Amino acid sequence: MMTFPDPMKGPSEPGVLPETEGELRKAFLSEVDRIPGGALLNRCIQCGTCSGSCPVNYAMDYSPREVIAMFRAGAIETLLRSRTIWICASCYNCTARCPSGIKITDLLYALKRIAIERKVLPSKFPVYVMSETFVDNVRRYGRNYELRLILRYFLRVKPLRLLSGLGDGMALWRHGRMALRPDKIKGLKGLRRIIAKAETFDRPQELVAREKVTDAVGYHALKPGVEAAK
Amino acid sequence: MNYTYYPGCSLHAAALSYDKSMLAVFKKLGVEITELEDWNCCGATAYMSVKETVAFAISARNLALAEKTGDDLVAPCSACFAVLNKTRKFLSELPELREHVASALAEDNLEYHGKVTVRHPLEVLINDIGIERVVAAQTHSISEFRPACYYGCQIVRPERALEEDPEIPMSMDDLFTALGAGVVDYPPKVSCCGGMLIATAEEIAVKLTKELIGWARDREANCIVTVCPMCQNNLDVVARRPEGGNGSPRPMPTLYFTQLLGLALGCTPKELGLEQCLVPVTMKAHALPQEEA
Repeated sequence: MMTFPDPMKGPSEPGVLPETEGELRKAFLSEVDRIPGGALLNRCIQCGTCSGSCPVNYAMDYSPREVIAMFRAGAIETLLRSRTIWICASCYNCTARCPSGIKITDLLYALKRIAIERKVLPSKFPVYVMSETFVDNVRRYGRNYELRLILRYFLRVKPLRLLSGLGDGMALWRHGRMALRPDKIKGLKGLRRIIAKAETFDRPQELVAREKVTDAVGYHALKPGVEAAK
Repeated sequence: MNYTYYPGCSLHAAALSYDKSMLAVFKKLGVEITELEDWNCCGATAYMSVKETVAFAISARNLALAEKTGDDLVAPCSACFAVLNKTRKFLSELPELREHVASALAEDNLEYHGKVTVRHPLEVLINDIGIERVVAAQTHSISEFRPACYYGCQIVRPERALEEDPEIPMSMDDLFTALGAGVVDYPPKVSCCGGMLIATAEEIAVKLTKELIGWARDREANCIVTVCPMCQNNLDVVARRPEGGNGSPRPMPTLYFTQLLGLALGCTPKELGLEQCLVPVTMKAHALPQEEA
């Protein structure tokens, strides 16, 4: 005969999680604890100030508060596949107002980087293509080249938008706001050497294993936010 | 005091009028400012999403170059200001990152010792030059202008450019009130315009920007004044579209704060690049009567 847990006995104390979820959370929290200042994430009181302050919360699938709750619960995979991390406009409202000094914007940056490294997004994903094209511009010229950025971005992501956006583009052009040539720096070779060297410190893709994910949240996302707390 | 100027990519392209007007204003006020030799892109938010150490390293190249000049670095673009400041701050706080960035900079024989102050021109105007000196230099009335002073995000968050309430900054309001403009109360002054979402999630940025324009209309402003090329671009592009905000036909131009300031100091609209606003600025500055000596 099958036995069912006695519903009246339930979890022995309030707040006790089912076994698997509890273990998952413990594993992730212990990883977070190994990072200097990582305990800060534990200080989240789930007050929701971040979500209430976020101007694009309405368009997210998980609010910033939920992101932290899910991060702590170990649902990293779900977060990496979420719309939320790509919707953030970097306005820093959440970071500035967090009573626990958690740098939520930087946490989202970190999740974006991991998502890109682990390729858990479609190849024509807008924010990724935008960032990639931008990075390519800087490598090529040392500065951004807006015309190339816009053309390459829309050609790859939504070519038809180039046609409907022609009006805006022409208006900018007519008002002398569209540079036709790139602005190239003189010390490009040196800059490229700097980039090449710095890249060796960024996580190579093949090393990103699931158990490393919490380590990959970056230098700073889990550092105490002394400034933000004041 | 001399300053080193970091224009950033936008001020050499879509926001040329910000570059022109800021330099014109500093010249009128007799402040020396020299462009940083061979500066590169600050990395903006895009780089930070892809490669963290690279983002900090390319940003640090600018700090290293600026450090050689010995002067404060003035960055008018809010994104550049925030990114350069973030780099400065994180390099001072995180030894591991500092080490990595130092070894990357060494590839180009550069060193950074953490001695650069990154400043925003609005803060320089308020703190170093002072509103009194600006008012003393005023030659033209800007009373036709009823600006909504819009600060946006990145000069108040995560680091404040000015020692003032980041939720209700007043520096720009105070500046233009002192110059006799009809500054309106503008509640969303630190709300987000959507930034780069204008390209990646357009409907969100358009919604946020329309709200900003709608608030300005409600408060009977006749222009929005901003400190950021991204904000100016979003506001200007959305405001020129037929459906731009609340169905009201009244045009809502967006100026850089240095453009309005320049008008008060007697610069010509041409010198300030006013013709580059997509929504035309129809208000004018008028010469003040000469004071008896």
